[in-house]
Amino acid sequence: MAALPGAAADIRELQATGSVARRQRISRLSRYLLLAMSLLGVLALVGLGIDTIINGWSRLSLDFFTNYPSRFPDQAGLRSSLIGSIWVLGLVIVVVVPVAIGTAIWIEEFAPQNFFLEIVKLNLSNLAGVPSIIYGVLGLAVFVRFLGFGSSILAGSLTLFLMILPMTVIASQEAIRQVPVSTRQGSLALGATKWETVWSHVLPGALPGMITGVILAIARAAGETAALIMIGAFTFIAFDNTSINDDFTTMPIQVYNWTVRPQEGFRQNAAAGIIVLMTVVLSFNFAAAILRERFRND
Amino acid sequence: MAVGNQGLDGPDLSRMYNSPTKRMREKAIIGSLGIAALISLLTTASIVIVLVSESIPFFREVSLTEFFNPFAEWQPLFTPVQFGVWELIAGTMNVVLWSLVIAVPIGLGSAIYLSEYAHPRTRSILKPLLEALASVPTVVYAYFALTFVTLDVLRPLLGDQISVFNSLGASVVMAVMLIPTIASISEDAMAAVPRELREGAYGLGSTRLEVASRVVFPAALSGIIASILLAIARVVGETMIVAVAAGSTPNLTLNPLETVQTMTGFMLQVGLGDAARGSVEYRSLFAVGLTLFLMTMIFNVTANWFVRRFREVYV
Repeated sequence: MAALPGAAADIRELQATGSVARRQRISRLSRYLLLAMSLLGVLALVGLGIDTIINGWSRLSLDFFTNYPSRFPDQAGLRSSLIGSIWVLGLVIVVVVPVAIGTAIWIEEFAPQNFFLEIVKLNLSNLAGVPSIIYGVLGLAVFVRFLGFGSSILAGSLTLFLMILPMTVIASQEAIRQVPVSTRQGSLALGATKWETVWSHVLPGALPGMITGVILAIARAAGETAALIMIGAFTFIAFDNTSINDDFTTMPIQVYNWTVRPQEGFRQNAAAGIIVLMTVVLSFNFAAAILRERFRND
Repeated sequence: MAVGNQGLDGPDLSRMYNSPTKRMREKAIIGSLGIAALISLLTTASIVIVLVSESIPFFREVSLTEFFNPFAEWQPLFTPVQFGVWELIAGTMNVVLWSLVIAVPIGLGSAIYLSEYAHPRTRSILKPLLEALASVPTVVYAYFALTFVTLDVLRPLLGDQISVFNSLGASVVMAVMLIPTIASISEDAMAAVPRELREGAYGLGSTRLEVASRVVFPAALSGIIASILLAIARVVGETMIVAVAAGSTPNLTLNPLETVQTMTGFMLQVGLGDAARGSVEYRSLFAVGLTLFLMTMIFNVTANWFVRRFREVYV
């Protein structure tokens, strides 16, 4: 194509002038401004990490994990709250997995398409937005007082179970929907019952997505503080939990306890506790991310 | 094509080929799945029943007009005992206001950058980092608000006369927590805007900024509004940050440098001290809880309505 007279040989050499040049300049500048804004959040995350490591690193030692809470900051440790967290989360997993997966299977595979199903779905999305402290009030009234479980591991686990149930169900539903309809049709055509189809074909296909959802929910439960304080888990525990009827405390509550004390020594303990807590929570999230990445193309 | 039950429609072959015992077992399993699904309904029902049934005796002692009297103070512990919930709502609104003032521009800026500017590789690094902010436990944010933001930054900056417990420290950190909420939902909405709209604008000579701000932003508005409403609901319900950093003195003010107590802050205070069952203070927990529940419900339901709207329009 012959170049027009006066036109640049290469389109890249074309230069805008006047108001167009100004608009282009503003647009180019906006890229850096917006990038800076997106980096603010990341910077906050990095700053948070560095600040806690500087304050808490020196407190991390074997004693910090094996000592019970104490009046003296340098003797206080995570032992009882760590054991409490493990008990509570273990029990939460045992309860939430069957209920969440059962609910999701019922909604996606068996529920009659009617008004009732719509109510169940709408209810789940609304429950997901209920503040955790409301679940704490529910746990206090129902599990601690009405059913008489006291401020026990059982009451704490059931409270957290109700709190993470909606997000676990929603994640499991999405995993079930990823399984192709043709898989089900093939199984049914060969004479399998509906449940055999779900058990042998839908569940195995949906399992990675479901596990991802459960891990993320457990990470949330591991960091939950307010709901457990409401049911009375803000207590001094100087023994190892041995049963689900024991009183208990958890790591985030211990961190809260140390944070609100005025002495500098306890602040350091809080920072050290945060390092441990964040390691746990981030490794849960990391595991979930890897699992999702791994099974994405299947 | 992800529609529930589709795969299981058609002639029920299992009825023709399977024994009655097998079909019985099948029915029992499906029945127990239905019972599992009932648990979530029961949860909502119990929340409402607990909050309402414990609030009724409270409102027998404290009238609704006193509860919502804008001039009454929230003073459940000292005489004269007063239950003016507006002081707690004002505390909540104080933190809502200042955290959104910070979080909305940053969150929307991040969403626009990720959706309209970022190279796919940059995006694949930046987005998970921003979303990591949502996984940080709130007690960690609370520690950060009190020790880092208030003691290390705000006090040296604004002088020691501002209280250790102030709304601004809590709001700044709350804003960090909100960035992923606002950014990821707004970005979803922007990504749902059809390419043709952008290409039309580019074809007419618009710059990238003009396309982002005058085409994509208005087209994604309902999703953006939804993200802000969800953010409000999260602030209203957030407990640990405000309980640790904002203080425990009810205060009818929107001044960010004052100590305030939010609804959730008061509830946690009751949870920390063992309020005697049956006392008015213990029951006020449920009245405040009911108010909190209704407020978050309104924001969440409206937000979900806006989300459905943008999904209907473009997806």
